[in-house]
Amino acid sequence: MPDPFQRVAAATPPKLAHQIRGLSDRTIAWLFVAPTIFLLLAVNIFPLLWTIRLSLTNFRTNRPNNAVEWVGIENYRKILTNPDTWASLQATAHFLIWTITLQVLIGFTLAYLINKKFRSNDLWTTLIVLPMMLSPAVVGNFWTFLYQPQIGLFNYFIAFLTGADPASFSMIGEVALAPWAIIIVDTWMWTPFVMLICLAGLRSIPPSIYEAAECDRASKWRQFWTITLPMALPFLMLAVLFRGIENFKMFDLVVQLTGGGPGATTQLTSIDLKREAFEKWRTGYASAYAVILFVTVFGLASIYVKALNKVKDR
Amino acid sequence: MSYSITEPSNRQKWIAGGLVIAYAILTLLPLAWIIATGFKTPADAIAYPPKVLFTPSLEGYVNLFTSRSRVTPEDLAALGPPTTWYDEIVRQYGMVITGASRYGERFLNSVIIGFGSTFLSVFLGTIAAYAFSRFKVPLKDDLLFFILSTRMMPPIAVAIPIFLMYRQLGLSDTHLGMILLYTAVNLSLSVWLLKGFIDEIPIEYEEAALIDGYTRFQAFYKVVLPQAATGIASTAIFCLIFAWNEYAFAVLLTSGTAQTAPPFIPTIIGAGGKDWPAVAAGATLFLLPIMVFTILLRKHLLRGITFGAVRK
Repeated sequence: MPDPFQRVAAATPPKLAHQIRGLSDRTIAWLFVAPTIFLLLAVNIFPLLWTIRLSLTNFRTNRPNNAVEWVGIENYRKILTNPDTWASLQATAHFLIWTITLQVLIGFTLAYLINKKFRSNDLWTTLIVLPMMLSPAVVGNFWTFLYQPQIGLFNYFIAFLTGADPASFSMIGEVALAPWAIIIVDTWMWTPFVMLICLAGLRSIPPSIYEAAECDRASKWRQFWTITLPMALPFLMLAVLFRGIENFKMFDLVVQLTGGGPGATTQLTSIDLKREAFEKWRTGYASAYAVILFVTVFGLASIYVKALNKVKDR
Repeated sequence: MSYSITEPSNRQKWIAGGLVIAYAILTLLPLAWIIATGFKTPADAIAYPPKVLFTPSLEGYVNLFTSRSRVTPEDLAALGPPTTWYDEIVRQYGMVITGASRYGERFLNSVIIGFGSTFLSVFLGTIAAYAFSRFKVPLKDDLLFFILSTRMMPPIAVAIPIFLMYRQLGLSDTHLGMILLYTAVNLSLSVWLLKGFIDEIPIEYEEAALIDGYTRFQAFYKVVLPQAATGIASTAIFCLIFAWNEYAFAVLLTSGTAQTAPPFIPTIIGAGGKDWPAVAAGATLFLLPIMVFTILLRKHLLRGITFGAVRK
């Protein structure tokens, strides 16, 4: 890319070259930004608009020859009155609430402990971070092996701790346990993320504040509640935001673990959407579903970011 | 014992260290189990109680890379003695190797698509981030927010129109299609991270270069790029890890030619059910590069995670 510009600049007399250089800043800016904007328009915005269009039709990908009819908001009405939608939203809410609670509790505790700066803490931090770097689909698939009744390592471990028969329960086969099976694996995988963000928060607190508190004879307990937690709170809230968005989109890990089963107990919205779009091929209906999900994430995230900014400004 | 106000006492350090190490060991068990299972025989893999000590075997790896078929004992006897060590392993089960499995191809696809999309998203991300950082781009904040918001879409939702679009354009199940898709997904992260890194480079360096007669381009790649090298490298690792691990788009948009390893590994089956040692072997080979990467490059990676998240 630089060649033609350089040649032009080299071939022109100094004054003009200077002018081109001065002018070209704007050209360069556009030249540099355009490919990114173009690619995002083509792969994100155009598809989004197309999805909105499709959501107003009865189009089915597996019947391309059927006449495509405009059905207005019929798809949206169907989705919002479909009990399956609400069931999957409920499953998603359960998954979100528990994964975020557990990850925040464990992640913050770990960050707090690591911040005590014991020897070689950075190596152990790295080892703890390993699970979140790996492919959720591949790891999730292997967890089904750990969850096998009798022979699975997880069942053996639980049996060892509680004395129960390792063959007596199946984490991914039982309606009561399956929602917890996915929560456990997600927590195992993503607690390190919350931990890292919290660690950044704890490390951003200047030691002088603690020194001042110590001079004022504030107890450690009091220091934790009045200094550590409030100052780390914006970071903690940020970690919650990211985990919230990511887990609302959750697909790969859960599809490999339970496939949405047994029945529909772990059928999160992404899995429900995938069924409608790529198994039942109800493209119009699924598009409306996608729009609803996107609006939901976007809306919730915006409200949350407002709250976050308030906390930050405080 | 020395006492400092802000420095935790030695006892606190011991307790904190002990708890963190205990958690680390617990959390690494599943990963250790994947690696161990890859070296077990199928019988050892499903033994009860789970076997911690076992005689290592390469059966899982042989089964991962080969396709085999069962032959009658007479045919097997007629074949003569096995010529290689892997033949020997397979023949214990009354089978012969009929060819290579698809694992190698899928792994190669992951490499091509991973590195291709990483290169593109870092290249485009760097120049866009430079422009956002240094020039007055109209509607800059809106554009940056737009770039970020593209990450909030559930992949399945994006996949519906992409699926239709790619079918029209002939991009389904092609390397190019997947590279472009992953590039687009990674670009938002790449622009945001790199803008942060480039913002940190003092603008005076370039101004000095410009006064010395460098053109903008020369100033960009002779002054800014070397300064941003570490930032570019850690961004590249993040893009690579995303593309390497991605599953949702891969499973929906590829089926053969361009299929990557994550949708393929779970489909590995053996004779009579799931061949867990082969699955574990495939997973080990696929996950190990990332584990090694993470440990070797921990400083940049960990900084990048918090940096990227906290900036947003």
